[in-house]
Amino acid sequence: MQEPNTDVIQGTLDMLILKTLSLQPLHGYGIARRIEQISRGTFKVNPGSLLTALQRLERSGALDAEWHQTENSRRAKFYSLTRLGHKQLGVETEDWTRRASAVARLLKAEG
Amino acid sequence: MSVWRQLTRGFHALTNRADTDQNVADEVDDYLENARLAHLARGLSPEEALRAARIEIGGVTNAREQVRQYGWENAVEMMLADARYAGRRFRSNPGFTAVTVITLAIGIGASTAIFSAVDPILFKSLPYPHADRVVTISDLDADGAPMEVTYGTYRELAQRSHSFDALAVLNIWQPTLVGDGDPARLNGQSVGGDYFRALGISPMFGRDFTPSDDRVNGPRVVVPSHSLWQHRFSGDRDIIGRSVRLNDEDYAVIGVMPAAFENVMAPSVQIWAPLQYNTVFGPDSREWGHHLRMVGRLRAGVGLTQARNELNGIARASRSDFPRVPWASLHNGLLVHSLQDDVTSGVKPVLLAVLGAVVLVLLIACANVTNLLLASGARRRGEFAMRAALGARRARLTQQLLTESLLLAVAGGALGMIVAELGVRVLVALSPAGLPRVGAIRLDAAVFAFGLVVTTLIGLSVGVIPALRASRAELTLGLQQASQRTTGSNRVTREALVVAEVALAVVLLVGAGLLLRSITDLLAVNVGFDPSQMLTMQIQESGRQLQFQGARLDSARYEFFTEALAAVDQVPGVTAAALTSQLPLSGDFAGYGVHFDNDPDANAGGSALGYSVTPSYFATMHIPLLRGRLLGAQDRSGAPRSALINESYAKRQFPHADPVGQQFDFGPRDGQRYTIVGVVGDVKQSSLEDGETDAIYVTPMQWHWVDNPMSLVVRTHGNAAALAPAVRSAIHSVDRNQPIFRVTTMDALVDKSVADRHFALILFESFGLVALVLAAIGIYGVLSSSVTEKVREIGIRGALGATPGSILALVLGQGMKLTALGIVIGLAAAAAATRAIVSMLFGVSRLDAITYLAVVVTLGAVAVIACGVPAWRAARLDPTTALRVQ
Repeated sequence: MQEPNTDVIQGTLDMLILKTLSLQPLHGYGIARRIEQISRGTFKVNPGSLLTALQRLERSGALDAEWHQTENSRRAKFYSLTRLGHKQLGVETEDWTRRASAVARLLKAEG
Repeated sequence: MSVWRQLTRGFHALTNRADTDQNVADEVDDYLENARLAHLARGLSPEEALRAARIEIGGVTNAREQVRQYGWENAVEMMLADARYAGRRFRSNPGFTAVTVITLAIGIGASTAIFSAVDPILFKSLPYPHADRVVTISDLDADGAPMEVTYGTYRELAQRSHSFDALAVLNIWQPTLVGDGDPARLNGQSVGGDYFRALGISPMFGRDFTPSDDRVNGPRVVVPSHSLWQHRFSGDRDIIGRSVRLNDEDYAVIGVMPAAFENVMAPSVQIWAPLQYNTVFGPDSREWGHHLRMVGRLRAGVGLTQARNELNGIARASRSDFPRVPWASLHNGLLVHSLQDDVTSGVKPVLLAVLGAVVLVLLIACANVTNLLLASGARRRGEFAMRAALGARRARLTQQLLTESLLLAVAGGALGMIVAELGVRVLVALSPAGLPRVGAIRLDAAVFAFGLVVTTLIGLSVGVIPALRASRAELTLGLQQASQRTTGSNRVTREALVVAEVALAVVLLVGAGLLLRSITDLLAVNVGFDPSQMLTMQIQESGRQLQFQGARLDSARYEFFTEALAAVDQVPGVTAAALTSQLPLSGDFAGYGVHFDNDPDANAGGSALGYSVTPSYFATMHIPLLRGRLLGAQDRSGAPRSALINESYAKRQFPHADPVGQQFDFGPRDGQRYTIVGVVGDVKQSSLEDGETDAIYVTPMQWHWVDNPMSLVVRTHGNAAALAPAVRSAIHSVDRNQPIFRVTTMDALVDKSVADRHFALILFESFGLVALVLAAIGIYGVLSSSVTEKVREIGIRGALGATPGSILALVLGQGMKLTALGIVIGLAAAAAATRAIVSMLFGVSRLDAITYLAVVVTLGAVAVIACGVPAWRAARLDPTTALRVQ
């Protein structure tokens, strides 16, 4: 038996992050866990890629970031969605749905 | 705005690197801690939980690096680091850096300068709208040589041809301007009414000439150039309609030409007036004299060939309503050229040769830079293998190499810009007088960029390759080889480049040598007179406008010349002085029809240069009398007309008879014939290369016209130029108001007559020198790195008993073999390439053995020195130390 592929589908990481953060602000680890939970373990997020993606989204203005002091005096960075982020999520969701359903139709087609 | 955010955050990261790094580290740590806690909560032991968290995150350092690398600021940071590193490297290798940068600068600078200079002349079209439609038309003599047209021919073509929108003839016109300030002799043109329309340029303001201006006894109107208007008429727009005093007549200014107008046929012209020739004229009138240039603008859609065919058709089919004279019968057809060809064809060979030479220099520069970088790349194989082994990615190494290359290119380019700028100035200063469109020469940015890009690409990309090779798979091999050997193919390439450099240098040096010998031979040519210690200037009697025809001896005017000559004779330091209507090697050229009794028929006969000279001319110039007598006081107006002819003319015209006593017509046939009274030596009139020219000398009092201006020739004791002020004031003591111009020494005129070649020679010499130095650097570089690579081999040879002498011979032999191969190839290439400069050679074959031999000796000597240094180093190596070198 082959290990099931848990890589995030190329190009969808940003959308998954935006979706996760549209529910509530989270730090990096929280986002990774949430994606895993909601996808029921289908996707496992590589931390390096995730943190880089967060950096990128913050730079592009889709996310805001805030530093919080945790109880054991570490610094944690919490991300939240901006208005631009909401808009981007809408666009990406629509785009994804359109493409995913097209792929689904293709696969269903007989012969 | 997200671009704004990108920029500000990037800059923030750049300037606060520590903070940014701390943030990344904190975030990664926080992630790790959360993961650890999660694993702990799942029941793992503290150690296992930490291990699992680290595995999950894939290594803390890696994660940090990955996140850190995001953002444009990292690329900038890396480039800065690379630049710093490159800077350190260049500083620690000043020799390599200086030679590379200087080579680049010379290659780019020289080629940019030369191309900027030749571009407006050879490649750009003339600065007129639809410049390809502007053509010149010349008459052809019996030998097929072009000559100026007559007004009669113009009149016929203007009416019979349908190829032109505008057609105009023009003549030199040099009026004297009096008014504010000193009297000035202006360079002008008298032109047909359509002249400016033929070129396609209208006055900046005011009006153009109209056909009604260009008629005999028409209005006296002029159009000044922009610069004359600025300098002489203070740039005042109210000038229109005002009158200026030229040759003692009032002329109304009707327009001013724009500043951008280039009068390419005669760039120094400052003022134009209508030609105003007669439309009704007899055969002896000036309207049938060959002294006009003709320029026309083709109708849209009419090609050059079509116009050529039409005009030659007209030339062949004479019509009774347009009677022609025998000397303008158009029997030999008409020559139709684009104006572009007309003005550039004279200098084209020189410019193309110079362009070719600079391309060779650029090639040598490229070869040299390539060579240097190959050597440097080879030396760094170890460094790159090491870095690759330590985990540097190939892209990273490439980027660093490119940064280094770019730095070199930028430094070379910046220095090249200076070289080019200076080069253009030097070129303009050196340019021979006949070079058209000098004013349009300026540094061409596009050409400069082109040179920079080409040299950079060729030379520098080659430097990247060997170093990259090291970063490939052969890591251990590279490390082992680090300081021992370069690969064979690399050395073959470098040796081939050196051979090519030597060969190219040979071609350039042969060119320079041939030109040098041509000039030496030319300057050794006997000009027919003694040019040393001679002062000359033109003087003009500007009392009234020159009447081209009908003004027989005008005693008032002649009086001024006689008195001026007498005054000059009195100046201390003057040993002899004379006046002549045309001065040898000055550009003066006036020929007139001749008919001897022994010519086959009444209409045949050639033409000869006509000199109207005072009797002392021959003694002053040291032109020898070979037969008969010289001209004298007895040859005055009213006396039987006497003339002298030159030796080769006499021999050809009278091979078996005594020329003295022969009679002939010269100039207009007015029934009074000239008798030859003596034969004098040949004189070069238009250039040192002149073959045998036909010349006839008469006194001004027996000549048809009073020539004006006249050239004064003065033989002096000591420095001729120093006497100019005294001579000038002597003339002004006769009449203050007469302009004096073209003051120069005869020696200067002789030098000027070889100016074209001299220009080419200077460039070839400097390029040849550069080529020689670069080739020497190339040879030295290859040999010296070969010695470094072979230290062990040399050590072993030494240990086995090879004498220093035999090692010296070994290394020297290796270098000289390359040199010899380069020389052989170069000689063959030179034998072919010198075809391009044949037209500039004089008295020397393009395969001249002495020149080739001299080049071989020179290059050989330089190569021995270049090889000698590394060879000497090799010979002095101590075998024990040499063997210890790893």
